[in-house]
Amino acid sequence: MKFIDEFRDGGIARGLIQKIEKSSSRPIQLMEVCGTHTVSIFRYGIRKLIPPQIQLISGPGCPVCVTPNSDIDYAIALSRRKDVILVTFGDMMRVPGSTSSLLKEKAEGRDIRVVYSSLDALKIAEENPDKKVVFFAIGFETTSPTIAVAILHAKEERLRNLFFLNSQKKIPPAIFTLLQSKRVKINGFILPGHVSTIIGSDPYQFIAKEFFRPAVITGFEPLDILQGIWMLVRQIEEGRAEIEIQYKRVVHKEGNPLALRKVLEVFEINQAQWRGLGWIPESGYRFKASFQELDARNLYVEVETPREHPECKCGEVLQGIKTPLQCRLFRIVCNPENPVGPCMVSVEGTCQAYYKFQS
Amino acid sequence: MCLSVPGKIIRIDENMNMAEVDVGGFLRDISLDLCPDVSVGEYVLIHAGFAIQKIDEEEAMETLNFLKKMAEME
Repeated sequence: MKFIDEFRDGGIARGLIQKIEKSSSRPIQLMEVCGTHTVSIFRYGIRKLIPPQIQLISGPGCPVCVTPNSDIDYAIALSRRKDVILVTFGDMMRVPGSTSSLLKEKAEGRDIRVVYSSLDALKIAEENPDKKVVFFAIGFETTSPTIAVAILHAKEERLRNLFFLNSQKKIPPAIFTLLQSKRVKINGFILPGHVSTIIGSDPYQFIAKEFFRPAVITGFEPLDILQGIWMLVRQIEEGRAEIEIQYKRVVHKEGNPLALRKVLEVFEINQAQWRGLGWIPESGYRFKASFQELDARNLYVEVETPREHPECKCGEVLQGIKTPLQCRLFRIVCNPENPVGPCMVSVEGTCQAYYKFQS
Repeated sequence: MCLSVPGKIIRIDENMNMAEVDVGGFLRDISLDLCPDVSVGEYVLIHAGFAIQKIDEEEAMETLNFLKKMAEME
C-alpha cells in the first residue's frame, strides 16, 4: 500500500539503527504516548533493534484503557433501559466495568451495537425512531471531530432520539500531569501522529518550554518510529528540547483547523477523569448549553458505585510507572481471553501488547 | 483507537460531501466533512469513516529520500 510499504524498508531501517547507535551515549527513557505506537513498536520488534540503553515506556494513549469505571458503569446502566439502543466502538465491548461489561449485557439480551463510525449511530437513530439511541463517545483528539460532526448532523436533522455519552479526552493535559509526577522518569516523548494531525504541534510546546524535554511527533510505520527515536536521541545528546515533527506528510504546525472548529462548536473544555491519572483539568469536554439536549447524562439511570479490581495495575501501567510484568495478575489470571483490566482488553493496551509479543 | 489508514480518492459526491476511496484494493465510502478540499486521485488519511487530512506526497518523498541518503552514507 502506498505510504505504508515504502516506510517499511529493511535496508533504510538498518541504516537508521546504526545512526541511533552512533548518536546514543547514555541510558535514556522515552515514552511512546500513543497505544497505536505501542502496538507498532512490538509488532516490528523495535525494542530489540535499538540499543538496550534506550528504553521505551508505554504511556496513557489508549482511550479504552483510560476510560474510568464510572463511565463504563454509566453505559452499562443505560444499556439496561428497555428503550435504549447502546452504540459503541468495538474495543469497549469487553472492558470490565465494576460488575459487568457491555459484552455480558449483550448476552443478557440488551440491544448493544458495535459501529466503526459515529455516522453509523445517526443511521441507527433514523431507523429506530421509537428508541433512544446512545452513542458511547470515547476517543482522543483524532476521534473527537468525527463525533462532533455526528452531533452537528443530529442537530441539523432534528433527530430527537440520538444521545451521546461523552467520555472523550485530550492528550496534552495528560502529558502535563505525567511530567508533574515525580514517579515518572522520562527523557523524551514520541508524540502521537494522528492526534497531532488534528491538533498540530503548538499544544505540546509546554513540554519543551516548561519541562525542558524534547518531543517528536512521529508516524506509525517502522521507519517513522526509528527516525523519531533518532531525532529524540540527537536532541538529548545535543542538549536541545524542542517539539519536532517527523510525520510531516500529514502533520502541520496548525493541525486541522476545520476539525478543531467543529469540536469547539459543540463542546467546551472541561476537566475529565482518567483511569490511573485521576481528574485532570482541561483534559476533556462538556456539551455547550445549546447542545444539552443531546447529552446522554440527562437520561435517568441508577449507576452503581464504581469499584476497581484491587490487584489490577492498569493505572500504574498507563503512567509508565510499572510494566505489565510487575503485575501479579498478568498472564496467570489476566489474559486477553479473560481480561481483568482494560489494558489487557484493548488491542492497543500495553498489557495486551506485552501478552502477545513479549515471550 | 487512533488507527488511521491512507486511501486514494476515487470519486467525490459533492452534494453529500462524501467520497469513495480505495484502501489497499477495498472500496469504502467516507465523509469529507473534516477535509473538504480534496480531488480525485489524491490520498487522504482516514479515521473512523472520515478523511481527517490530505497526505502530502511531496513531504512523504522528501522524508524517504532523506532517509535513503542517510542510510547510504553508512
